[in-house]
Amino acid sequence: MILAVLEASDGSLKKISAELAAAARKAQALLGADGVALLLIGADDVAADAACALDCDLCLTVKGEAFSGYAAEAWAAAVVQAAKDVSAPLILFGSTSFGRDLAPRVAGLMEAGLLADVAELTLEDGHLAAARSVYSGKVNARLASLSAVTLATVRPNAFSPAGSAAPQAPRRELEVAVDPASVHCRAREVRRQAATRPELTEASVVVAGGRGLKDPENFHLIEELADLLGAAVGTTRATVDAGWRPHSEQIGQTGKNIAPALYINVGISGAVQHISGVFGSRTIVSVNRDAEAPIFKISDYGVVGDALEILPHLIEEVRRLG
Amino acid sequence: MQVVVLVKQVADTAARIKLADGKQDIDRQSASLIVNPYDEMAVEEALRIKEKHGATVCVVTLGEAKAEEALRTALAMGADEAARVTAPASDPLTAARALAQAVREISADIVIAGRSAADDEQGQVGALVATELGWPHVTEVTKLEISGAAGVAEREVEGGVEVLDFSLPVVVTAQEGLNTPRYASLPGIMKAKRKEIRQIAVDGALLGQPVLATRSLELPPARGQGKILSGLEPAQAAKELVRILHEEAKLI
Repeated sequence: MILAVLEASDGSLKKISAELAAAARKAQALLGADGVALLLIGADDVAADAACALDCDLCLTVKGEAFSGYAAEAWAAAVVQAAKDVSAPLILFGSTSFGRDLAPRVAGLMEAGLLADVAELTLEDGHLAAARSVYSGKVNARLASLSAVTLATVRPNAFSPAGSAAPQAPRRELEVAVDPASVHCRAREVRRQAATRPELTEASVVVAGGRGLKDPENFHLIEELADLLGAAVGTTRATVDAGWRPHSEQIGQTGKNIAPALYINVGISGAVQHISGVFGSRTIVSVNRDAEAPIFKISDYGVVGDALEILPHLIEEVRRLG
Repeated sequence: MQVVVLVKQVADTAARIKLADGKQDIDRQSASLIVNPYDEMAVEEALRIKEKHGATVCVVTLGEAKAEEALRTALAMGADEAARVTAPASDPLTAARALAQAVREISADIVIAGRSAADDEQGQVGALVATELGWPHVTEVTKLEISGAAGVAEREVEGGVEVLDFSLPVVVTAQEGLNTPRYASLPGIMKAKRKEIRQIAVDGALLGQPVLATRSLELPPARGQGKILSGLEPAQAAKELVRILHEEAKLI
């Protein structure tokens, strides 16, 4: 079976979990595998029930003291055991802070090829392969896994979850024995930031502002437009370095890669480092006063104009849509 | 305490990137080569540990002789020692095995690497080195505190900050926000030129088989020029843009 390692927090599944189930279903057809198994580690019954309701054939849960709180060494052991249990040829993780930390550890233990941050998987001469954007988006690479078991981290928003209500899949608890002395690192807590907007890497719409906003005070316009669209707020390295916005909002190299259905940016010229983080966006809409700004070269729609003059009207027009 | 920093010389992606013949790699001759930006943060963090707790900082790279330039840069920043590993590594796993062997030979307590390299952007080697050594790892660290044989690391996760406790030895990878790397001083640069670089050759038999292969590299097709509105009054432009997004593209 294709194995997907889900993510949950505070009793509910994260958005990436349903996307992973969809990605696993697609990979099942590609590989002719005999089903989809979802793995949920250290989560409660409510999250497990939600996982069983996803489009899958089996839901494996791992519980116990060793799995309360993320600990890469213990969790990697659980993934390895689950993979053996369902004879997984492919293990999927989210390309998230969790998946990027755990997947390479599992890859090392299983001596498996890890296709990182992919949006699609293909078969090439019998090997699982994927296209990746590298060198800050300046080069596309095709990578193939050479190992019997392949791992992949799946980019958020790349797979659309199946809409139909699937019957509850059977659930089985996997006993994983972990010697506490073998665990040398464990998460103590996650300090939650009050989230009033969707997370940048998960959001289906992102609105970002750059230096063209001229003053940090003007970012309320970006926030207003974002809230009307139910969007996440992003920004550039320049405004973060200038202390205008927090690093958590930074898009691009040394920040976050985003892949929303719609990316609206205002007052961002489009330095290579920024562009490298937005390549995965399906539609890019840009507002910039400089018609020659590099951002327009990758934009699907754009307006040449001053950010502060255009934004209030954009907000007004979007509000009118209701 | 011995701190090892893994550094990689990469092509500066702000400069022009050309592909080499055969399209298996970029043209390194024409590329402008720099120290991977995240690795500079790793060097900086190691130097801060040294200043606070007392430590020897050894920078290690895997690569051709030219990569010694990256080691010299780190030495000029203040690293004490440098080593270049030569090994027939071709993917993150074999590279990690070669680097882990070097870490064993240097007998480090802490290994710091960048969260990913600006060229191939794999983001795997740090955690793979830890797995190979049987050590814990924390990736994408934005805050690091060492006290005695233990430490606390923070990393940004979706919607918050994760706080992790770990014991030494450990591998951590540096994320933007961890620190601002210092510039090399002129005396530092002069001193770095004279330092000896230890050579560590790792036998291919220790690396096992690669598990990933780069099949080809391509320059991405230009994204078709979109519909750009210009010369309109702000109100008019905004109205037209929202109309297009709503009625034609059906995105909002």
